[in-house]
Amino acid sequence: MIKVKDISKYFGKVKAVDTINFEVQEQENLILLGTSGCGKTTTLKMLNRLIEPTSGNIFINGKNITDEQPEILRRGIGYVLQNNGLFPHYTVAENIAVVPQLLKWDKKKIADRTAELMEKLHLSSDHLHVYPHELSGGQQQRIGLARALVSDPPVLLMDEPFGALDNVTRAAIHKEFKALDELKRKTIIMVTHDVQEAFELGDRICLMDQGMIVQSGTPADLLFKPANKFVKDFLKDQRLQLEFKAITLLIIWDLLPNHHEGSHTSSLSTDTDLWTALEHFKFTDSETVSISKDKNDIKTVGFEQLMSAFNQYKNKQGHE
Amino acid sequence: MNEREQTLLEFMQQQADKLAVQTMQHIGLTFISLFFAVLVGLPLGIIIARKRKLSGTVLGFAGILQTIPSIALLGFMIPLLGIGPKPAIVALLLYALLPIIRNTYTGITGVDAAVKEAAVAMGMSKRQILFKVELPLAMPVILAGIRTATVINVGVATLASFIAAGGLGEFIFGGISLNNTNMILAGAIPAALLAIIFDFLLSMVQKLNFRKLKRSSYALPIILLLLSSFYFIPTAYGSKLTAGFTPEFMGRQDGNLGLESKYGLKIHTVVISDAVMYKAAYEKELDVISGYSTDGRLKAYGLVVLDDDKGIFPPYYAAPIVREDALKKFPELEKTLNLLSGKINDSVMTDLNYRTDYLHQSPERVAKDFLVKHKLFKPARKNNDESIVRIGSKIFGEQYILANMYSMLIKGYTNYDVSTKTGLGGTKICFDALTNDQIDFYPEYTGTGLLAILQVSSKTINEVTKNKDSTYNYVQREFKKQYQISWLKPIGFNNAYALMMREQQAKSLNIKTISNLKRYLNSK
Repeated sequence: MIKVKDISKYFGKVKAVDTINFEVQEQENLILLGTSGCGKTTTLKMLNRLIEPTSGNIFINGKNITDEQPEILRRGIGYVLQNNGLFPHYTVAENIAVVPQLLKWDKKKIADRTAELMEKLHLSSDHLHVYPHELSGGQQQRIGLARALVSDPPVLLMDEPFGALDNVTRAAIHKEFKALDELKRKTIIMVTHDVQEAFELGDRICLMDQGMIVQSGTPADLLFKPANKFVKDFLKDQRLQLEFKAITLLIIWDLLPNHHEGSHTSSLSTDTDLWTALEHFKFTDSETVSISKDKNDIKTVGFEQLMSAFNQYKNKQGHE
Repeated sequence: MNEREQTLLEFMQQQADKLAVQTMQHIGLTFISLFFAVLVGLPLGIIIARKRKLSGTVLGFAGILQTIPSIALLGFMIPLLGIGPKPAIVALLLYALLPIIRNTYTGITGVDAAVKEAAVAMGMSKRQILFKVELPLAMPVILAGIRTATVINVGVATLASFIAAGGLGEFIFGGISLNNTNMILAGAIPAALLAIIFDFLLSMVQKLNFRKLKRSSYALPIILLLLSSFYFIPTAYGSKLTAGFTPEFMGRQDGNLGLESKYGLKIHTVVISDAVMYKAAYEKELDVISGYSTDGRLKAYGLVVLDDDKGIFPPYYAAPIVREDALKKFPELEKTLNLLSGKINDSVMTDLNYRTDYLHQSPERVAKDFLVKHKLFKPARKNNDESIVRIGSKIFGEQYILANMYSMLIKGYTNYDVSTKTGLGGTKICFDALTNDQIDFYPEYTGTGLLAILQVSSKTINEVTKNKDSTYNYVQREFKKQYQISWLKPIGFNNAYALMMREQQAKSLNIKTISNLKRYLNSK
């Protein structure tokens, strides 16, 4: 869907981005991860030509983006900014309607679509006619998301979208983010410096340093097959939690014992990560939990079995 | 009228018409120039916000304009744009420019970078970003600039009266030159009120929220234009000729007030400073001006004096005034001084003034040339007398010339020695020097003696200013009685207030007297 080929960006003599290549598949969530100044935001902004690359090419759906008029290109790409970038002089409704108006939608269509998004993002319609500064940070960020999503663009660029939120609010929004059907259809490229966030939301992660991609792959790849010491060190601090989060039940499915007790009402899907599965024990009294790969393939496991499968998996990675 | 001090309120009521016109003109001037300043300044501010490299140059230039003293700026404008509203508006515009450009620039560059980036990323064009995002968000700052410019303009617009552009400056500067506090206040208080009111109203606009601001930003140009049109309302009535009078002349009974009451003269009048008045008449910006009948500029610019056939201007015949004890001390003095009597009429004096003021000949040379020409000149005698005659003079050209002539005559015709004390400031200084035995005589004018020294009641003025002789006789009698000072025979010329026109125009319209002028204005 998106192909970045040999892109470089120099600011004067400073190399902000140095010959990077990556591809993003349709409906994939790619995270550009790295410390400040690693070139991740510059990379993101070159995708909708907020910054023009010094050299290299970017293709979206096979079309070179430099062949397109920048304004038209941008209207087809959703963009979410760290500090939401809402227009302070526009009401919430007017803010959401910016792109539709540029696309010359009629009023009815704008109103319907706005109402739909407000509901999906759990925002009261009372908020439509207030100004952004009258809303909380979390609400503002959701309006920013609504504005980016309103014209249903296939591609969404997010520049540290949750960076300005406190931890509690951010956790809540992460949850919504993952649940939102609109986002599941989208190809998303998100910039963050937050490792946790990257692992939680990303299908794939490009870890960047000094304008180059150090490693790109699934969260599990980064954890268990780090390309070099930099990658290892970058993930060191939160390693255990990340591992729990990076490993889904599907990955360790074969390592779980084949045992099924039909009495269980609640069951987890194999998409669930290990962290969530373990947390399950904290919040329920039951000693076991059912995991269903599909209707006919259900396993019932306890805390011990999950941990043992996890350890086996890790050992296996180490020997490869 | 002079019996009781007039209160400010009475003055304002009496002059309500003028006050209204001047206030309207003032508002008009302020807002016409503001309108154009916004028209020029706003785009400039936007351009330098886009091309920041230019900002230093543009802001620096506008800053330099700001530092030019307002009077000087108005002066620069005259050769380019003449007199009247045009140069005034341009000068005001230039003053209003800096705050508008600077605040537009600051406002636009101060828009949150994230908001601007969002606008770009949404796919807005540069134009859309400017009109939908940058300008609305910069509006409070831009409005603050316009507010500053308005207040500056209300203040500077008072100076517009120097170049015949009207406004409340007419009262202010008229009041200053007439030493009339009521008149000053009648101009200054409304001007201050205008500044306060407009500042307040604009501060209200500035505090509006975005929704209301959007609506009012459409209304603002309309209000601006409306206020600008104030200027044209009072000047809309037409007149065949235009008169330019000094603020002082405007307020005097022996000036414009007399013209109106005694002649019933109704002429489109602008108020203008003495310094540019003659030139403006020469350049056909003005047709009738108030001036002094022996001013050298009369000749320089080809102007003629209209005859004051109803005698509203008190005669200002010049004659030497001498302390009586000096006449006793120098028995030959009176005879010598009277040598000049009747020798210099108005046009001769004008010519002499023209030589000193415009050809820059020394008063000494001008005096000698004149005496030689009229066969009055005698070389100085070898004096064997110890006594010295002390001559005084006021501080302008005509008086220097006269003092020099007297000095030469005394040296040529008597054995007395002479010391001249020229440049004794105004009337008061000269007269005090005379009464206190610091000088023996100086040339004085009958009108000045009557109005400035004797300070008689308006009733007496009316009685004694009917002709030159009654004035002369009155001051001669009173000076003798009150100060023991003697008025010798008049020199001949009358340096009075006068109306003047370009010679050619006066001839072609067949206007010789003020009554002629009135008839011409009333015809058709």
